[in-house]
Amino acid sequence: MSAETNEVSSRALLSSDASNRSALERSHLDLETAEKPYLDSNELIINMGPQHPATHGVLRVILKLDGERVLGTECVIGYLHRGVEKIAENRTYTMFNPYVDRMDYCAAVSNGLGYCEAVEKLLNVVAPPRAQYIRVILTELNRIASHQLWLGTHALDIGAMTPLFYTFRDREEILKIFEKYCGARLTTHAFRIGGCQYETYAGFEKDVNNFLTFFAPKIDEYETLLTTNRIWLERTKNVGVISGADAIALGVTGPVLRASGVKWDLRKAQPYAAYSEFDFEIPVGTNGDTYDRYLVRMEEMRQSMRIIEQAVSRIPEGAIMGKVPKVIKPPVGEIYHSIEAPKGELGYFIVSDGSTQPYRLRVRPPSFVNLQALDVMVRGLLVADVVAVIGTIDIVLGEVDR
Amino acid sequence: MPNFIMSYLGSTVTPGEAGSQFWALIYVLIIFAGVSVAVICMNWIERKALAHFQIRLGPMRVGPHGLLQPFADALKLMLKEDIIPAEADQFVFWVAPLIGLLAAFTVYTVIPFGPSQAVSDMNIGILFMLGVSSLGVLGIVVSGWASNSHYPLIGALRSSAQMVSYEVAMGLAVVSAVLMTSLNASGTGTLSMIGIVQAQQQQGVWFIFKFFPLGFLAFVIFAIAMVAETNRAPFDMAEAESELTAGYHTEYSGLRWSLFMLAEYAAMIAVSSIAVTLWLGGWMRPFPNLLHAPAWDFIFSLFPGLTFGGLAAIAMIGAARMPAHSFFRIQRIGLAVFAALLAFSALLLLVIAIAGRSADTSVAARFREGIDYVYWFVLKVAVFMYLFIWYRATWPRYRFDQLMRIGWKVMLPISLGVLLLTAIVGVILP
Repeated sequence: MSAETNEVSSRALLSSDASNRSALERSHLDLETAEKPYLDSNELIINMGPQHPATHGVLRVILKLDGERVLGTECVIGYLHRGVEKIAENRTYTMFNPYVDRMDYCAAVSNGLGYCEAVEKLLNVVAPPRAQYIRVILTELNRIASHQLWLGTHALDIGAMTPLFYTFRDREEILKIFEKYCGARLTTHAFRIGGCQYETYAGFEKDVNNFLTFFAPKIDEYETLLTTNRIWLERTKNVGVISGADAIALGVTGPVLRASGVKWDLRKAQPYAAYSEFDFEIPVGTNGDTYDRYLVRMEEMRQSMRIIEQAVSRIPEGAIMGKVPKVIKPPVGEIYHSIEAPKGELGYFIVSDGSTQPYRLRVRPPSFVNLQALDVMVRGLLVADVVAVIGTIDIVLGEVDR
Repeated sequence: MPNFIMSYLGSTVTPGEAGSQFWALIYVLIIFAGVSVAVICMNWIERKALAHFQIRLGPMRVGPHGLLQPFADALKLMLKEDIIPAEADQFVFWVAPLIGLLAAFTVYTVIPFGPSQAVSDMNIGILFMLGVSSLGVLGIVVSGWASNSHYPLIGALRSSAQMVSYEVAMGLAVVSAVLMTSLNASGTGTLSMIGIVQAQQQQGVWFIFKFFPLGFLAFVIFAIAMVAETNRAPFDMAEAESELTAGYHTEYSGLRWSLFMLAEYAAMIAVSSIAVTLWLGGWMRPFPNLLHAPAWDFIFSLFPGLTFGGLAAIAMIGAARMPAHSFFRIQRIGLAVFAALLAFSALLLLVIAIAGRSADTSVAARFREGIDYVYWFVLKVAVFMYLFIWYRATWPRYRFDQLMRIGWKVMLPISLGVLLLTAIVGVILP
């Protein structure tokens, strides 16, 4: 790295060091003081990313290192910024629907669900029960797919190559169901405002049930490779610890929050869709370390399977589309609606001026907020842990940058 | 000339010992070519085996079942632009891969593929081997420094720390094996590689089973340390792809990069050879003392031919199972030709085994013996090579500090204890 870049990044780190420290980042995080000269021979400032195999896309992390120890990090984001929120202001509500799939492309169905429900709330429309059930089934399948992707890449970051291929093999079965349902595998655009556009295909229930019986032993297979693996334990236990209080203060949600012992899941806390009708547990961790986050997500996959099983067996008959006007013109007002996406709380804040287009649409993406916790988690750890922690936060850069 | 060859075949000592520079040179060339071919094979096998661990197919396009992939890769690497970063130290950058390569290949001068099948039988063989093979780290450190870039520097630092800490445990494990060589009638041990194998032969036991579990523990420590020594998963911190992009060879490309890879694989084979020599009886076939009748000799000498026959059968089945589409015609023919070559080798080996079955000093008998030695040696080394692949497919990567902790706090005390106990038991028991 040239001297110039060094200076720039060091200035960035300096400013963040000196002033705006929240109460959260006190004492033990202050391994480094701002007075220290920056070109101290003991310190190394390196750029991790945006082109790096383990930053899950185009995340750039500026690391300040003492040997291998991390003194501080600074995330530089925006390499994948597409202005999704601004685009929303120039599209009708219906036209904007496919765009949300491109944010968290690993959990496109969840994104669509959040957006559709937010607009429905604004319109004061409720999707019919059958549509709600279809939504739950697909969203939970998507949660499993998202967690599989997380597991594979997380394990790869820590050095285990093989789980990646196993998870991708099994994720394929989910994507096949998506493809059969709506024709798309990744950016599904599965739901519409007011319900679903497509009726389930013949054999949908059978496919989903087949997947459940197929997948149950596969989770055990992943666990065989990792859960009691000595190296895996050493690499994940007590790595990237964040306390429940810190996590709440930073706005962290999803599995990362639950692994710190906070039992907060929007599916239970503020039930949406048909979630209040199903019986499932919220797995909670105790230590808030990488290993707990791993266990929580593994258990979440099992719980998702439970929900899917119940939903498929009880799926009601009836319409799949609610009474939605041809031209969607919500009344003047604003709405915030959030759902439990695989990565955490995914919220949509929509301001309507009574026209066909949102006046303002703001997305609260879980990855973006959770990424804030990176610095807290990795201070004082080693370079290898930075990679593990980025993996365990489970970020998708499409969602971070929007 | 034929007399010259005959005179050599009659000799029972290594060319180095016989003072024959000509034969030593021939041996060096054979070993250099052999190791290069082994690296090529290893490249293909690793990619295929790893792929099958991971429910993939691996290379399938270049040649039947990707058999020509290593050659295609080598060609590609040779044709690539030779880039030396502007900020790098040009000369050191240039010389770094050569240091690694030199260290990896020099080791082979003392590896005994048989009682006379080695370039030289140094009386300090194992010491020489440890010394030279640890020089490989110099190439890595120097490359990381010369690249003048952060990731390679960190990789190089990790590598040097890692090597230093594992060298100690490795050395102590080796010493406990050397200690065992002295437990014979004369009571004198040896550091010579050939001497170590012969000591196992005289004592009638591979050192891995000697004083169970002491020999076994020493072997396990060596087996772990040698993975760390060669920077392979799960100890591949120096090149940890997901952390340091490519570690010490981040700035290298083309031919220079391939030299690093060649050195890495050559080093893997070299350390496996040390393990085989010290604990697994080197070139000896299984049960040389228990089943020592000439009939057993003959049966065991059929193994090389049968192995090649088996490989030929696998290749033949592969050819037969290829899809009937015309697209696969050339591939099918290629694989069939390959199978035929293997079958021919099998036939040749069987003919030699049968022709040389009498234990006299005829050319055929000498050939048969030599082939047997090399075969059993290579087979044992191949098991280790497979283990290297298996480790890589199964385990996550250790963190740098954990690796150091294991090296100093776990393996070093254990190897010291093993050494001490071996010495005590060696005095008490015999």
